Amino acid sequence: MNYRDAIIAEIPRLRRYARALAGNGDLADDLVQDTLQRALEKWRLWQQGRELRPWLFSIMHNLHVDGRRRDGRLDYREEDELPLPPQRASQHDGLELRDLDRALALLPPEQREVLLLVGLEELSYAEIATALNIPLGTVMSRLSRARARFKAVLTGEAAPLLKVVSP
Amino acid sequence: MTTPIAEDDLHAYADGQLDAARLTQVESWLAAHPERRARLEEWRAQSAALHRAYDRVLGEPLPARLLPPANAPRWFDLRRLAAVAWVTLGLVLGFALRDQTLSRDDKAAVASLPRQAAIAHAVFVPEVRHPVEVGAEQEAHLVAWLSKRLGAPLKAPQLDSAGYKLVGGRLLTSESGEVAQFMYENAEKKRLTLYVRREAPKAAATAFRYASENGVDVFYWTDSRFGYALSGSTGREDMLNLGSLVYKQFGG
Repeated sequence: MNYRDAIIAEIPRLRRYARALAGNGDLADDLVQDTLQRALEKWRLWQQGRELRPWLFSIMHNLHVDGRRRDGRLDYREEDELPLPPQRASQHDGLELRDLDRALALLPPEQREVLLLVGLEELSYAEIATALNIPLGTVMSRLSRARARFKAVLTGEAAPLLKVVSP
Repeated sequence: MTTPIAEDDLHAYADGQLDAARLTQVESWLAAHPERRARLEEWRAQSAALHRAYDRVLGEPLPARLLPPANAPRWFDLRRLAAVAWVTLGLVLGFALRDQTLSRDDKAAVASLPRQAAIAHAVFVPEVRHPVEVGAEQEAHLVAWLSKRLGAPLKAPQLDSAGYKLVGGRLLTSESGEVAQFMYENAEKKRLTLYVRREAPKAAATAFRYASENGVDVFYWTDSRFGYALSGSTGREDMLNLGSLVYKQFGG
């Protein structure tokens, strides 16, 4: 088994997850780059036969948590860094992407991770528990809260953290 | 005696993570509690929205800065790099060197075909709910779209006689331009992918060949327009039969 090729095949999926997790293409690729380097350094620790994908996601998770701690930032962005509310109805794809970026940014990071690993990356609950190093029951409770909050944010029922800009 | 249905079961149902026995129990419970379906549908709609927004990242060329530093010798050397379908640097180098070294590149290009195909196979085959961009129910639209993007008429081969149905297809990027990928699945959920890319106009056709790439069996060949590679993991003999079936349908 060629470790390098196996990792290459996972890069697009790592980028997709990081893009949704970080909400910004450059930050996302920073995270992917760090994850690849870490995986490379630690590749001897990866046991053949073990699923590569959850292991890579767990590396990314640890880096993401470290990054948040190091920067001393909670999951908070300056208002002027947040995408503007939709102004034109012609760019449906772009609008949906921005709405989702914003809704995800309003979830606590630990809920966002579980929501994305389940809904977007389609990992099994057990794989997620391993990747995030939390009990299965915690995966389920975070998933439940994440879905409720995500719905509330998307339908505008959540406590408004954003100032509404009138058109 | 069955365990009562809990919210965790409903999440697992929405996510397709229940085993067969529990699935039956949850389905009969839902039949008696139809009002609980609305929430399930909301959860599924959330996942679908995430895919619509972020799946495009899967097909993007990789930015060159994702390449690990030069002091990481176990990572990839440049020649390998150029063989990876979605690496931007390969696109740039390949484009710059194309005219000067066409005949030498022809060989290299054909050699890169099974490798690119196997990597693209490994990326998309595990996708559970969104393995393709356009589904088989829109086959005419799919084929017309991919033909237009590849610049020559294309078709999706029929593998029904071997038990495989078309799932759909997607468009990818490689250093030789845009690439079509068709995906097939049989009743046991085994998947095949057919990778089709444009070949250089003067490239000579090559015969039917076999390569094993990381446990993926690949049968590949080129004609005057396209390079084709059929990838799967159902064993070499089986793949040989399937590959022959596809090869014949393209006039091989």
